[in-house]
Amino acid sequence: MLSNLKNRFRAWALRRQLHDGSTVTLTQRRIYIIPTRQGFALAFVLLLMLLGDINYNLSLGYVLTFLLAMMAVMSMLHAFRNMARLQVRAGHVEPVFATESARFVFHFHNNSRLDRYRINLHDMQGHSTVFDMAALGHSEVILNIPTTRRGWFRAGRVALYTHFPLGLFHAWSYLHFDTRCLVYPKPLGNAPLPPGNIPDGTGKRSMAGDEDFSGLRKYVAGDALPRIAWKVLAREQGLQVKQFSTPLGEELWLDYSAATGGSEEEKLARMARWVLDAEARELRYGLRLPDGDMPANLGAAHRDECLRRIALFNLPLPDSTR
Amino acid sequence: MSKSLIDGLLLSILMVIAPHAEHLALWVSSLCGLLLLWRVYLNHSGKPQPNKWLLMLVTLAGTGGIAISFHTLFGREVGVTLLMLLATLKLMELRTPRDAMAIIYLALFIIITNFFYSQTIPAALYMLATLFVITATWIQLHGQNIRLKPRLRVAATLLVQAIPLTLILFILFPRVQGPLWGLPQDAYSSSGLDDKMSPGSLSRLILSESVAFRVSYKDKVPLPEQMYWRGPVMWNFDGRSWTTGNTTGQFGPPHFTELDQTIDYTVTLEPHNKTWLFALDVPDKISLPVTLSYDFRLYSKKPVNARIRYEARSSLGYRANPQESEGQIRRALQLPKQFNPRSRQLADEWVASSSDSAGIVQAALSYFNRQGFQYTLEPPPLGINGIDDFLFGTKQGFCEHYASAFVFLMRAANVPARVVTGYLGGEFNDIGNYYIVRQSDAHAWAEVWLKDRGWVRVDPTGAIAPARIQRGLSAAVTNNAALPFMARNPPQWLRSLNLNWDALANQWNQWVLGYDTERQFAFMTRLGMESVTWQKMAMNMAAGLGLSVTLFALLMLRHLYVRNRTDKVQMAWLRFCKKLAKAGLPRAAHEGALDYATRIAAARPVLAGPIQDLAERYSSLRYGRIQDEQARREFLQRISALKT
Repeated sequence: MLSNLKNRFRAWALRRQLHDGSTVTLTQRRIYIIPTRQGFALAFVLLLMLLGDINYNLSLGYVLTFLLAMMAVMSMLHAFRNMARLQVRAGHVEPVFATESARFVFHFHNNSRLDRYRINLHDMQGHSTVFDMAALGHSEVILNIPTTRRGWFRAGRVALYTHFPLGLFHAWSYLHFDTRCLVYPKPLGNAPLPPGNIPDGTGKRSMAGDEDFSGLRKYVAGDALPRIAWKVLAREQGLQVKQFSTPLGEELWLDYSAATGGSEEEKLARMARWVLDAEARELRYGLRLPDGDMPANLGAAHRDECLRRIALFNLPLPDSTR
Repeated sequence: MSKSLIDGLLLSILMVIAPHAEHLALWVSSLCGLLLLWRVYLNHSGKPQPNKWLLMLVTLAGTGGIAISFHTLFGREVGVTLLMLLATLKLMELRTPRDAMAIIYLALFIIITNFFYSQTIPAALYMLATLFVITATWIQLHGQNIRLKPRLRVAATLLVQAIPLTLILFILFPRVQGPLWGLPQDAYSSSGLDDKMSPGSLSRLILSESVAFRVSYKDKVPLPEQMYWRGPVMWNFDGRSWTTGNTTGQFGPPHFTELDQTIDYTVTLEPHNKTWLFALDVPDKISLPVTLSYDFRLYSKKPVNARIRYEARSSLGYRANPQESEGQIRRALQLPKQFNPRSRQLADEWVASSSDSAGIVQAALSYFNRQGFQYTLEPPPLGINGIDDFLFGTKQGFCEHYASAFVFLMRAANVPARVVTGYLGGEFNDIGNYYIVRQSDAHAWAEVWLKDRGWVRVDPTGAIAPARIQRGLSAAVTNNAALPFMARNPPQWLRSLNLNWDALANQWNQWVLGYDTERQFAFMTRLGMESVTWQKMAMNMAAGLGLSVTLFALLMLRHLYVRNRTDKVQMAWLRFCKKLAKAGLPRAAHEGALDYATRIAAARPVLAGPIQDLAERYSSLRYGRIQDEQARREFLQRISALKT
């Protein structure tokens, strides 16, 4: 019965299934209030008190009972005010390896002259964090949610609630940011790099690399974001990618088909380990997956791109509408 | 749970228990005190809480102790005592926030039990202080990191906001006339006259300063020696104590004739848990449905266990029951056979020497007057022949001794007589224009029945200490150290302070504590409500509350909308850019403030300094982390200075 009511309420509250825009202001239309269990307990205590007042004709008892009841009523307004007009924006989420906790970042702005206390941010699985906010302040609130599998991990709907000041009322609000975290496969504990160092043979040849800036070229899908020449874009000269060149050395190809292991996941986990190891040893490495190659290169951006390819390999494309 | 939260809970419990200390058994208050001290020590030394079994043992022992000392585990007094003990013990096992919450609710509940004992103005103020401490602790429980100052501010805000709302509720909440169920026997404390009088019972009562009732006279005020407030009438004597005997009116109503000197007055009677009401001799009319007994007492069916107000009219001149029934005469003459042979002998002598009953009364009064009797609060103890010992031995006594001895002598002399107890006199409060009658004004006198004249009041105390009748107790007693403070003629300023306070307390009693269904309806009518019903009151109450809460909501939520001061900075900057554009130096769309300033500085070296300064200030205000009011103001000043 109660859970049925709860579900119906959620369906009503979430009838606007659209995702929230970049910044959300918690207005009275987004904040819901209901008495807590302790609120009902106080109501019961007050009822007992009132019976006592009537029975024993205690005038001051009436005063106390009414005072408490009115304080409870006012605490509802205080609970509402503790959340109202806060502004929230979802922040950048760093990728993590599976089984690590995804750190979802939310930027809260308090543009009022009121301090806010004990606001609880939680997802629907019960992971939560609690924070206070000073007047006219802002804070970066991090919600840690453990991950299990590679790919895109969505925080889904998150909720904010507060019981301040007396714990009698539960004031809450839902946030529907489409915030997601890229989860790399958990690298295998120990996996030696594949033996086949593939020499190029032609001797000196310029090869796209990370060392020196050598010019711009047109953007192709899949290019790493840090490589995009933003300044050029700002000058409205189209989407260009910065190119760098390094003297060609040996290249290591991390090949999906060369990865041993039973399942696809295990193979990908091995490849993730290879990428990390190759990067650590400063070897130039390329990635060869059944759905395409990553040219050999070196550097943090390359590593991230490779891990990203591994993480998203053979997964359905993320649909941005859900 | 933080130390300061536990300290807050400890303080809350201490504050709610403290007022009970005076009427709790000494061992219970000491046990609670010790437990609290121990808890403070544990909290500050960081030692763990005592284990479950020990607590269980203490709980059982405490409950057992209470059961033994009260002989029961039911009743109000026992309930309150148990509640104290449990609240203190609950502090010993604080583990979850839920435990803390339970303690807070318990503390709130205990506040109300204190009102069984005291509902005075100080008690109300103390309640507010306690509630403030509890609320501040309560807030800490739900806002853990909140510092002390904002915490107290939130608590004060909640309390202050609740007060006007409470006032609306208090005035308009429809009152139900209690009780809803039967009350335990000990529901009301009682102090005052009893239906039994033995040597020493009145002189003990005299030591109490508490108010018995307050009287305001309508127009005429009787003389002090006419202010005899009639209480229980004693008929039966067992050689030592006087009792009322059969109090029900099987003898029919009294018969008064030749009434004159009527006095109208209003009495506010403090609860005394007995059935009788007080009126001046003899009552004629009263505004309550009470009965006038055959011996002129007023009594109601139920004990007076709440403060009541009644208007009455008495006639100071009267002739009461000139035709008394045989049964009454016989009752007014009976004495125990053995005891007090010398007194009987004395009475016989008077019978022989006097022509009528009035002569015997005169003889007795002059005997008291001439034989060196003393009026004292501390009479020596009397033996088995109490009257003989008093009349011929100690000759020191208080009003009950004189009344008792006098009635004994009268009965021995075959004059029908009875003892009347009540109050005599009172203190005038010129601030509130009423008289305060205290327990220290308790008095006992006698009535004799004379043929054709009926019952006549005779006050033997007047024969020994006439000052008691005319000017009160302190004038009559020589050594008054034993008297309560206010009965001892204190300095004038203290007296007036005391009277001021009593006038305030009287208003409080009438309007706050005495605010019942009747008063509520009267007040509503006075406020202009026509044909008062509780539905109307409830509707007004809801409307009043709704309006006030809305008002508070507006006041509270106002703080949420702060004019965005960053925008002001940006607007000033954009206005400034526009100005420069007019001067032929427009800002490019992609250009940041600093880049723009550099370009302008190159183009117009005159402006270089101020513009670069402004651009730096602007970008730090707009994109910097620190939001400084001072910097904001300076920027706005400089930018407007540059314009001119």
